[in-house]
Amino acid sequence: MNLRLKNNIAVSDSGFVFNPSTGDSFSINPVGIDIIQLLRASKSEHDIIEDLSERYDADTQTIEKDLYDFFTLLLQHQLAEKA
Amino acid sequence: MEKKRYERPVIASLNAGITNKFGTRNLNEPISHIDGASIKEITEQYGSPVFILSERKIRQLYRDAYRAFSTRYPKVQFAWSYKTNYLNAVCNVFHQEGSWAEVVSIFEYEKALANGVEGRHILFNGPEKTESDLRKAIEHESLIHIDHFDELYLLLEISESLKKRPRVAIRVNMDTGIYPMWDRFGFNYESGQAWDAINKIILTNKLDLVGLHCHIGTFMLSANAYAVAASKLADLALGIKLHHKQNIEYLDLGGGFASKNTLKGSFLPGADTIPSFDDYAEAICGTLLNAGFTRENLPMLILETGRALVDEAGFLASSVVANKRLSDGRKALVLDAGVNILFTSFWYEHKMTPVEPASHHTEASVVYGPLCMNIDVVRESVTLPPLRKNDLVLIHTVGAYNMTQWMQFIAMRPAVVMIDPEGKTHLLRRAEKTDDLNAMESMPEHLQSFSLA
Repeated sequence: MNLRLKNNIAVSDSGFVFNPSTGDSFSINPVGIDIIQLLRASKSEHDIIEDLSERYDADTQTIEKDLYDFFTLLLQHQLAEKA
Repeated sequence: MEKKRYERPVIASLNAGITNKFGTRNLNEPISHIDGASIKEITEQYGSPVFILSERKIRQLYRDAYRAFSTRYPKVQFAWSYKTNYLNAVCNVFHQEGSWAEVVSIFEYEKALANGVEGRHILFNGPEKTESDLRKAIEHESLIHIDHFDELYLLLEISESLKKRPRVAIRVNMDTGIYPMWDRFGFNYESGQAWDAINKIILTNKLDLVGLHCHIGTFMLSANAYAVAASKLADLALGIKLHHKQNIEYLDLGGGFASKNTLKGSFLPGADTIPSFDDYAEAICGTLLNAGFTRENLPMLILETGRALVDEAGFLASSVVANKRLSDGRKALVLDAGVNILFTSFWYEHKMTPVEPASHHTEASVVYGPLCMNIDVVRESVTLPPLRKNDLVLIHTVGAYNMTQWMQFIAMRPAVVMIDPEGKTHLLRRAEKTDDLNAMESMPEHLQSFSLA
């Protein structure tokens, strides 16, 4: 599944996410920030997994499992939509 | 280039709430060692899940409790409640500290004898004592706490046939102002039933009535209820002195002191709300000292405290089996330890902490055990950092009742280890194997073979 981050989502370097459409704010951990930034750069699911596995000490299976879960949350919080 | 430490991506909604002048406290600081012993190494050696007991903590809890009572009352004796945790090594830590044994079945009685406790230092409670149980207890000169009239009359018969005078106490139930009132054990105080039992014992002159016992409830959040109980037992003892010119050697206030666990539905953590040993001691000792006993007739105070002396010394190390996302968006964790070995999770919100270092990012999670049963919920909601499969979680304050009430259901019961005061680990009970259980079964001959299409 590929996702597209909504255009108006604001993300700070420290992990603060704000959705002006709903007024909701979120905190996010470093791996989460990286994923958001990669989505913003219109990276595909495959590219994101590859990118993260190069930078972090985790295997691609673990990253893939966690990415599915993270995508579900981004959709649930209306921060992204299916591409 | 060295890779960065990976942590499962987490996004948590921020909700504005009432400001808290104390700030937020992180209750999930990782705990990697207990008394200097590495939890990870223990699981590598003994498997996961594994119960871990701290001998140092048991001794500290006992000494705190003993100090609270012995500094207020001249004759104090603790008796270790075997049913709370009857692993022999745990019992012997208490016996080394000076505790007698308090047992509620012949199985526990035999355990106490095998541990080396002299019969005269064993209190035999419980509603079911068979004739052979009672004969054994009389032979070993144990203190028999009579629960009902059927037992009393049986004891009278046995004492006649053995030509021995058993040393007995009666168990008394009473209204101490708490709900629910425990009235199923012993003889009732308010109705006069306790006096009927006392008169029967003394007038038949075949048993030595040496004590009075009560056990008013469990996880008692009111120290004052013990003051009421102590007052009613003292009233009976003084009445016996007045009417029968006989001294009662001891008053046994039973157990029921709360541990620092948090009961489900509590607003504040248990550690902040439960009475301290000093609170209980002040209520009981103050009442007895002012009851009207003369200095020479002051009865010994016996306490059968269990939970409060061992709960905090017990930990359960468990591994993450899986991460899940529920249909309503809630996070769920599956651990390899379930309610079959953590019976107390039905009424406590057990504290849980990660073992490995984790970031400050957290997520509320439901924690399930490994059983294929819907009831296998260890915590309905607990805040934990992102955990990966095989990461370790430490469940706190599990030393009481879990290692006795655990069930061999679906999964085997795990190993129990104790960390001694020097930080060395000792195996107290090995993990069960399938062969252990099959060894107790037998197969009828006509069921020994079958063929499947």
